[in-house]
Amino acid sequence: MFKDLFQKRKYATIPPERLRAERPKREIPEGLMIRCPKCGNIHLGKELEKNLKVCPSCDHHFRLTVRERVAITMDDGRLRELDAHLESVDPIEFPGYREKLEQQKRKTGLREAVVTGEGTIGGYPVVAGILSFDFFTGSMGSVVGEKVTRAIERAMERGWPLIIFSASGGARMQESIFSLMQMAKTSAALAKFHERRGLFISVLTDPTLGGVSASFATLADYIIAEPGATFGFAGRIVIEQTIRQKLPDEFQTAEFNLQHGQLDKVVHRKEMKAFLAKLLEMHASVYGHAPAAAEGETAVPADHEDREASGEPAIAAAEQAPETSGKADAGAGDDPVPAAVTSGAETGKGGSSDDR
Amino acid sequence: MTAELPFERPLADLRRKIEELKKFGEEKQIDFSEEIARLEERYRQMEEELYGNLGAAQILQLARHHQRPTSLDYIERIFTDFIELHGDRLFADDLAIVGGIARLDGIPVTVVGHQRGKDTKDNIRRYFGSPHPEGFRKALRLMRQADKFRRPIITFIDTKGAYPGDTAEMRGQSEAIARNLMEMSSFGVPIVCVVIGEGGSGGALALGVGNRVLMLENAIYSVISPNGAASILWKDASKADQAAEYMKITAADLKAFGIVDEVVPEPMGGAHRNPDEQAAAVKDAVWRHLQELLGMTPEELIEDRFRKFRAIGRFTEAQPEQTAECADYAE
Repeated sequence: MFKDLFQKRKYATIPPERLRAERPKREIPEGLMIRCPKCGNIHLGKELEKNLKVCPSCDHHFRLTVRERVAITMDDGRLRELDAHLESVDPIEFPGYREKLEQQKRKTGLREAVVTGEGTIGGYPVVAGILSFDFFTGSMGSVVGEKVTRAIERAMERGWPLIIFSASGGARMQESIFSLMQMAKTSAALAKFHERRGLFISVLTDPTLGGVSASFATLADYIIAEPGATFGFAGRIVIEQTIRQKLPDEFQTAEFNLQHGQLDKVVHRKEMKAFLAKLLEMHASVYGHAPAAAEGETAVPADHEDREASGEPAIAAAEQAPETSGKADAGAGDDPVPAAVTSGAETGKGGSSDDR
Repeated sequence: MTAELPFERPLADLRRKIEELKKFGEEKQIDFSEEIARLEERYRQMEEELYGNLGAAQILQLARHHQRPTSLDYIERIFTDFIELHGDRLFADDLAIVGGIARLDGIPVTVVGHQRGKDTKDNIRRYFGSPHPEGFRKALRLMRQADKFRRPIITFIDTKGAYPGDTAEMRGQSEAIARNLMEMSSFGVPIVCVVIGEGGSGGALALGVGNRVLMLENAIYSVISPNGAASILWKDASKADQAAEYMKITAADLKAFGIVDEVVPEPMGGAHRNPDEQAAAVKDAVWRHLQELLGMTPEELIEDRFRKFRAIGRFTEAQPEQTAECADYAE
């Protein structure tokens, strides 16, 4: 048996075929052995998971599910979800869209391509958003745009930093103009957020393209990326057809973008949480809460001060938004959440009592 | 004489027949006036039938018509004292976007628009109206200037989309578009946007965050070009016509969705049949909307624009009970 493992011949016959890039995703849940699409080496699924789904041989970062991302990023692996009840409709009656949505829901167990919520990182309370490439290639339709916008507004209301992990092929074609307009909506919400001196950290994961990269994902105070993550506006194939040239392999990778001044830092997955905690720590004085504040009352007065000091426009934003979207306000949406996860609610209580 | 599109051929054929008959009658000194009148009547009926029931695919052809008036055509007809301004002060002057200051009925305004070329040579230097980051940044620079001097902003939208090239990517195409969206939403001056031809994706929206968004009758506005959609959906870009129908990209569709505030009618057969008449209609609509906005304070204008875009999106909110069990992401 061991002999087999060491047979060089077998290693040599595996070419780094591009076609295989799609496969590991599907193999991971049940797959015992996983082949790295970059170096072609085969690893035990469990070992790979222990290694945060980073290839031990070549450092290739496999894509993560939302659950996996939460587990390795949030304190105690907990995120109190916001607006979980938002679901897509078929606004332009696009043939096949409803069926495709159902299929994506079954496949991923998610309701839409983004999960937003509250939690802590290194003890610091944050509003976080995580896009799922598995769900409809992370594309932004009305629900993704609305949830991201509400997350921005929630962070503004709480006076907490906002962190979004992006992974998206771009806008959701099946919602046509509604999808395009989500770019303007999220960007307009961020204009208000920044005006109030909110801290927004954007983490680009593989891949971040199109409508997501040309809206909220690039409108952050800090733009960081996972190694090797594809990041750009147009897709590689479209560009190659336009310029009639083959692009180098490293085109649009995180490292390539770093070199061209398009992001602040490339951070290894193993160091991501510590890095985010450090960034949050360095802004703690701005936000007026130390990690301890997350556990209790101290955060509440600080939040109050933030809100009152900065004047009416921002408060107006927080109040108006739910009104214009025509439904129950953002706060009411997460009423069931604390009930369902009492243990989770303790971790990042923060200022949640002050708005009820 | 304007160039005919394939779907216009029956009409053009009839026109030729009428002309031939007229000529023949004159040459031979025969009175065909009754027949000619009958044919003219039939022509008018056909014309109304044809242009009154255009499908998205035909509108798409009109929106892309090579003789369709461009931003500069409207600028010279609508404004006076236009001074074109150049460059983003960072890298270059992208000719896919034109802009400057001008007067609209005497009032100083800033005007910015995508600019397609008039011929092949012009198209090449203007990248067929598809901007690089420096184009969006030029537009932003001019709009910031408008905000500083409290001038209203008028934009003309007419692009297939942002230029999909390697150098555009290297200079931050995504960031340039995103920044325009964010900053446009926070200018304290009236912004009126007019989709005059093809409103293609993020590259169009980067000039499109206005208090009012108007659209010409035969313009289109879409998240992806119908050709792009067809190649994704059916791996066949030639099925663009069908994609155009599916995607609801016409002015009438967008008005019904509440995304466009007013549809500006076009002359029979499209804007290119009578650019002067078209420009007058655009001017009238822009001016009407601007007058409503001129009475608002900067704060009111920002809030008005924010509300407009904040409200866009269609979704459902299920009963919270149904979602309680998946609310926690604890492992």
